[in-house]
Amino acid sequence: MAKNVYTCVVCPVSCTIEVIPNADGGFTTEGNQCKRGEKYAISEHTDPVRMVTTTVKIRNAILPRLPVISEGEVPKGKLKECLNDLYQISVEAPVRCGDIIVKNICGTGVNILAARTMKEKN
Amino acid sequence: MKEIKVDVAVIGGGPAGLAAALEAERRGAKKVMILERDMELGGILQQCIHDGFGLHRFNARMSGAQYAQKFIDQLQDTGIEVKLETIVLDLTAKREIYACNSTDGMMHIQCGAVILAMGCRERTASQVLIYGARPAGVMTAGTAQRYINMEGYLPGRQAVILGSGDIGLIMARRMTLEGIQVKGVYEVMPSPGGLTRNIVQCLDDYGIPLHLSTTVTRIKGNKRVESVTVCKVDENRKPIPGTEEEIPCDLLVLAVGLIPENELSRGADIEMDPRTKGPVVDNNFMTSCPGIFACGNVSVVFDLVDYVSQSGEIAAAGAMRYIKGELPQCPEYREVIPGDGINFVVPQRLLKDCAEEDVTFFMRVKKPQKKVYLQCISEGNIIKKERHNSVAPPEMLASKVYVNGKGSPEFRIVEV
Ligand SMILES: Cc1cc2nc3c(=O)[nH]c(=O)nc-3n(C[C@H](O)[C@H](O)[C@H](O)COP(=O)(O)OP(=O)(O)OC[C@H]3O[C@@H](n4cnc5c(N)ncnc54)[C@H](O)[C@@H]3O)c2cc1C
Ligand code: SF4
Repeated sequence: MAKNVYTCVVCPVSCTIEVIPNADGGFTTEGNQCKRGEKYAISEHTDPVRMVTTTVKIRNAILPRLPVISEGEVPKGKLKECLNDLYQISVEAPVRCGDIIVKNICGTGVNILAARTMKEKN
Repeated sequence: MKEIKVDVAVIGGGPAGLAAALEAERRGAKKVMILERDMELGGILQQCIHDGFGLHRFNARMSGAQYAQKFIDQLQDTGIEVKLETIVLDLTAKREIYACNSTDGMMHIQCGAVILAMGCRERTASQVLIYGARPAGVMTAGTAQRYINMEGYLPGRQAVILGSGDIGLIMARRMTLEGIQVKGVYEVMPSPGGLTRNIVQCLDDYGIPLHLSTTVTRIKGNKRVESVTVCKVDENRKPIPGTEEEIPCDLLVLAVGLIPENELSRGADIEMDPRTKGPVVDNNFMTSCPGIFACGNVSVVFDLVDYVSQSGEIAAAGAMRYIKGELPQCPEYREVIPGDGINFVVPQRLLKDCAEEDVTFFMRVKKPQKKVYLQCISEGNIIKKERHNSVAPPEMLASKVYVNGKGSPEFRIVEV
């Protein structure tokens, strides 16, 4: 049987939420203290998503790695694929915080951005 | 020796120091100087590439580096002077700083006010009493974080993590994503040191086991770690014989807690609080030494960066009051009392005759509890009551209270 109990990570209360399928194909939740928990648990159950944060290779910069972050969440199942793609690429300094490093990563519709400004080596 | 005079000197260019410097300038300081020993600003945040920063302040899911960049960018339009690769060696009670770098040489800096923002550092292996050799491959979670996220190399292939503090949990996930096999997180206490959110997101999500009431007792390996021995412990944290298990690994990551970095504060004879391991501060975040202020993780380990920035701003506002002569030279204080269920409160005291004002108090509870009120009592009256669905020691509470000029406010937790 698939998992249907989730711990909400939206706020520190950390409610234990059970997701129960309805006859009409929708879901109801039990155990959540607020609406945000309902949204989170149903998303975890049906279509879990994660932020992508990692580093990519950068040339000619003060450091060898540039931290990057996704503009929004990507499907959890695509996380590994996104990371693998990011490990293949290499960028050139200088880079500004917020620059798009990869457009529409792995067809998710989400862009990957530089998470800091990095100057070139002098 | 180079002689320098400034209105406000900020020691440390992490989030606390950045917020303090910007706020001091906003409040009219003419000459503000940040002294930072690293080659760039941002402090520890530069190695925190995961998201979850700035939820309160910017209402966005940012990484640590992004959060720091927001403040670094603001510096550009100011007259704040930044001295990088500059280490502060000594601080005196008369607000003099001795610092040095390779371009200015030795500097003697006389300051209208000093703001301490040196952050914290991690406890190391020798502080947790593990037996055995000291081979390569034993490092703190922060060191592993810096190697992987900034310098771009992997410190091992198979890791064991000792301690379940948040940095350890974050690194369990990070190492897994980087292809290091994390064999487990071992915590000597019966409950995790980090937030439930991080256990769910960083361990459960990747199937990494968490072993409570278990510790590492021995490290094997001469040149390089070959294995560690883990062992269950009883209620008194004593290893239980017969429960030892040897785990092959080449990396032992220590996530056993943070301590404020206060060598400089001690040098200036600043009064320290044994509970927070930081200086005792008042409602302006001024230390026992008039004109010297402390903020960020050097004052108390905050763990939420939004509060770190806020404390920087409070300290800077205080520093400007001090420079303008609005604070007493020989201050008298009244204590803030940590009552039932509260471990400590920062600020630890209030100026005796301070005007009526809003003061933000930061505190940690003693144990996890559901459905409670946080109360603040002064002169027998409840002056603040807040309902919390859940409180726990890893999660710092911040409470803004309107205090009057008298009385010793006491905070306590009561059941609903
Ligand atoms: C390894 C580690 C990882 C962390 N990870 C997280 C996390 O994932 N999420 C989170 O919310 N919080 C994390 N924290 C907590 C984090 O420290 C705070 O959120 C925040 O960065 C604290 O800001 P700060 O400005 O007080 O200190 P810091 O960011 O530590 O900045 C202090 C600065 O002072 C400088 N300095 C110190 N002494 C001197 C001197 N004598 N002369 C000149 N400069 C000096 C240091 O070089 C440093 O740049 C982590 C802490 C550590 C130690
Ligand atoms: S359900 Fe609501 S109250 Fe409970 S943890 Fe989630 S966000 Fe917090």
